[in-house]
Amino acid sequence: MSTDQENQVTETPLLSVKDLTTHFFTSEGIVRAVEGASFQIKAGRTLGIVGESGCGKSVAAKSILQLIDRPGRIVGGEVIYSSPQSGSSENLLDFTPTSERMRRFRGGVVSMIFQEPMTSFSPVHTIGNQITEAIRIHSDLSKTESSELAVDWLQKVGIPNPEQSMNEYPDQFSGGQRQRAMIAMALCTNPSMLIADEPTTALDVTTQAQILELLKELAVQNNMATLFITHDLGVIAEIADDVAVMYLGQVVETAPVEEIFSDPKHPYTKALMTSIPTIYALPRQRLPSISGAIPHPQNRPGGCPFHPRCPSFIEGICNTGVPLLTEFNDSNNVRCFLYEASQ
Amino acid sequence: MTTPPNMTSTEYSEVEERISIASQRQLIWWRFKRHKIALIATSIVIAFYLVVIFADFLATGNPSDSEAFRGLMPIQRLHFFDGLKPDMHVCAVSGERDFKTFKRVYETDCDNKIDVRFLAKGYGYRLFGFIPTDRHLIGMSDSSLKSEEYIFLLGTDKQGRDMYSRLIFATRVSLSISLIGVVLSIILGIVLGAVSGYYGGLMDNIIQRLIEIVRSVPTIPLYMGMAAAFPPDWSIVRIYFAITIIISLFAWTDLARVVRGRFLGLRYEEFVTAAKVAGASERRIIFRHMLPSFYSHIIAAASLALPLMIISETTLSFLGLGLRPPAISWGVLLKDAQNVQTIALSPWLLLPAVPVIVAILSLNFMGDGLRDAADPYSDS
Amino acid sequence: MNDGQTYDRQQITQEEVLLDVRNLKKYFPIHKGFLRREVGSVRAVDDVSFKIYKGETVSLVGESGCGKTTISRCIVRALDPTSGEISYSGEDRDPVDLATISQSSFRSFRKEIQMIFQDPFSSLNPRMTIFEIIGEPLLVNNLGNREERQTRVSELLSEVGLPQEYMQRFPHAFSGGQRQRIGIARALAPQPRLIIADEPVSGLDVSVQAQVINLMMDLQDRFELTYLFVSHDLSVVNQISDRVIVMYVGKIVETGPPQELFKNPKHPYTAALISSLPKPDPAQRTAREALEGEIANPASPPQGCYFHPRCPFAVEICKTEAPELKEIKPGRHVSCHRAEELSLEGIPSINEN
Repeated sequence: MSTDQENQVTETPLLSVKDLTTHFFTSEGIVRAVEGASFQIKAGRTLGIVGESGCGKSVAAKSILQLIDRPGRIVGGEVIYSSPQSGSSENLLDFTPTSERMRRFRGGVVSMIFQEPMTSFSPVHTIGNQITEAIRIHSDLSKTESSELAVDWLQKVGIPNPEQSMNEYPDQFSGGQRQRAMIAMALCTNPSMLIADEPTTALDVTTQAQILELLKELAVQNNMATLFITHDLGVIAEIADDVAVMYLGQVVETAPVEEIFSDPKHPYTKALMTSIPTIYALPRQRLPSISGAIPHPQNRPGGCPFHPRCPSFIEGICNTGVPLLTEFNDSNNVRCFLYEASQ
Repeated sequence: MTTPPNMTSTEYSEVEERISIASQRQLIWWRFKRHKIALIATSIVIAFYLVVIFADFLATGNPSDSEAFRGLMPIQRLHFFDGLKPDMHVCAVSGERDFKTFKRVYETDCDNKIDVRFLAKGYGYRLFGFIPTDRHLIGMSDSSLKSEEYIFLLGTDKQGRDMYSRLIFATRVSLSISLIGVVLSIILGIVLGAVSGYYGGLMDNIIQRLIEIVRSVPTIPLYMGMAAAFPPDWSIVRIYFAITIIISLFAWTDLARVVRGRFLGLRYEEFVTAAKVAGASERRIIFRHMLPSFYSHIIAAASLALPLMIISETTLSFLGLGLRPPAISWGVLLKDAQNVQTIALSPWLLLPAVPVIVAILSLNFMGDGLRDAADPYSDS
Repeated sequence: MNDGQTYDRQQITQEEVLLDVRNLKKYFPIHKGFLRREVGSVRAVDDVSFKIYKGETVSLVGESGCGKTTISRCIVRALDPTSGEISYSGEDRDPVDLATISQSSFRSFRKEIQMIFQDPFSSLNPRMTIFEIIGEPLLVNNLGNREERQTRVSELLSEVGLPQEYMQRFPHAFSGGQRQRIGIARALAPQPRLIIADEPVSGLDVSVQAQVINLMMDLQDRFELTYLFVSHDLSVVNQISDRVIVMYVGKIVETGPPQELFKNPKHPYTAALISSLPKPDPAQRTAREALEGEIANPASPPQGCYFHPRCPFAVEICKTEAPELKEIKPGRHVSCHRAEELSLEGIPSINEN
């Protein structure tokens, strides 16, 4: 861990997802939730994945940890994890979901927190019980030592009266406190990476601010990489270092956060930026909006998935093929015919 | 505005079209179709109720025709071929009394064939209650219509009555009592459940306590008491209806609870509030907005209540507390089989147990399938 | 109306009061124990007063537990207020107190006061066709026979931008944005004067929110509607309001026009809300002092000012005496003991590019 502190941005990304494809085989048809998504998460940095419903961001995150249940299945792609300690790389998709390797990985190397904390906690066990269990699964500590560590973590995440809270049940906590407890449970095993799937969407604005600050602090303290999934561009601006924009199962643009906001390249990203209401705008102005609606996932348009709604649509090109990834440099890329031409 | 600018509306909405025009009922039907076992079970249930309607047509002989000399005859197997020639027939059976044991002993004589045909002539009846006819599905062909020849597809009982025909009629009685009983208890259940759930408060409290009292009454002693209370001069039909009413007075509680629960939940649904804000009257809200979401649940609950009714009636009659001879029902038939002699010597008398089991299982599967299909929104 | 243009709001003179809410309270009793005794109450709405003028959009904004949704339900009498007055001035009519009239008398006002709901998935009856849903307010208020209703529903569908062939379809076929449009068409059907919009865009995708907000503003322009807009989202509220009312745990803490409120907040809670809001501009990312503590419990609020346990500027008086809502400037009300002396940080005055 100490070597990484000197080298915040290492050359090899901690996790490299390439052409990930996950489909759901329902009786009404195949839902192509993730259709060739690629992104990288670098050690110590936060990648924000932003997109609207149907873009596949949650499914992509769950695919990394192979938490996809039937009728879903990961049908293609690679999830390459490069351990900072040993330097070796392996494709996680080579292991089956129930294998020991994946079980050690989940919670031990990569932890995940979710939008609704109530559903990730067992309602019939105390918070202390559940956190201690997580610690013991991934370490050799004794019961007492794990308990103490759990109390430590409850304190770190800002839960008042940590010793007492150990014996309380999830439904006795408020929404914000439950989210903090979930963060404690996710981080108590010292993972190298945290996946956060819309953790603040269900919280009030003031609570959201507290949780975001907490996550930022803990990421720095533990030199942890974060994959942060959200639909809220404001949250992305607050917390991400790099941003990947997803639409209908594909990553359409990747860039460092400053550039995504100052110079968005993909037409969808541009449209998204201008169509969100902000607190700075003049009131009663008509917002530019993206025409049309997000297609039903079973009705994927042929060609570029965004072409039916794209203001820069080119007949004959955009609806006949899927654009390739155009890479500007190590951290910027776009999937759009407009840029393919100029390459 | 909803069709994206760069796509034709036909491209965009082909799949959506089919799903979107589908009404609630169609959605439920599609979901139900997927449940294969439920489909099979439903066809069995339909078959049973066809038996109820066409009982006379399906019977081969008059179920109450009794002749002591043909008591406890074994099953006369229906043959479809004579060697290689298609020739529907049964083998004649003759019997005589063994003078040592005084029991009747039967012999099957296959040289003596009794021809059987479809749409044979038999005893007269009225189809659907008003069309006079004497045709039956199966019976002896006219050429063999002699009084000593008979066709007992499932043997006879102690009094020489045709078990097959008795079974058909028993099916009619058992299934119709239970259906009427279910209808009555549905009405009671919906009304009381709706009042309980919609108004809440004291009304709800009273009705719920009433439900608890009704459920805690031990049924068998109660039925025994009632059976003893029936005046002996009551006709069979009267007793039939009395039993139906009594059973349904105890069976409505489950449905009432389900209905109440749903009403309580629905009260807070936004579309109910929306209807109120739009200006709908309370009556309209209950009948047009809330009740329709129940229909499928009610059907599911009803098809799950039917087996209980069947068991209730069968049990009562089996114990001698419900229908009694000369009435025919599954329970009455099974009562005749309550002895070792039956198991040892005339096992065909136990056959009425088979339709009871099949009917109950089918109704249960059908009800399960309906209940699963009834709520398409539970996971959409 | 083109994108980027601003709606002409000159005609909004604050002359005609449409709704005058005075001292509205809604307490929910808490029952505990075997005998269900009343042990306390949740003070969802705790003495709230405000006016809505004809033609304007007033927003109620606040976090969970602030009472904004409860107020909206009280106005349409989906809930009965505990006490207070809701004085409504109908067309050529004397003001009527909606809070106390009976449910059946209220029905004659239903066509003038309509509501748009938050959840597009549960606010439409899944067993009714779009025609029946949109036509319901017309049917129950006897506004036309079947033919007339069909014409009107047709009209409404084009107003909200949905194709005519959708009339015979069922809600499950539509996306969230489309369903919300259907909900808007339904609210418009009886030609209401006041529409209460309860978080109408919160359940929608970001790109669809803009469409629906634009639609609502277009319709307000065309039909001279008055909106009471309830939301927790300050950005949406900024976009659509003429006036904003900020609430905290059942009480109003501050009111004012949106930009004025956001640039110069006068109540510490408003300032905290503004600073907590994640800004879509990474250059603005500074180490924020997130507001401490949790939202006060409306069942047992603190003594004195409800906000004092979390307020960085609290002094002695704040702990003992609840502040009153005072008008410090025309159109600006604050409920804070230290309103005059505090200088709070709002959004920077930058031009949106």
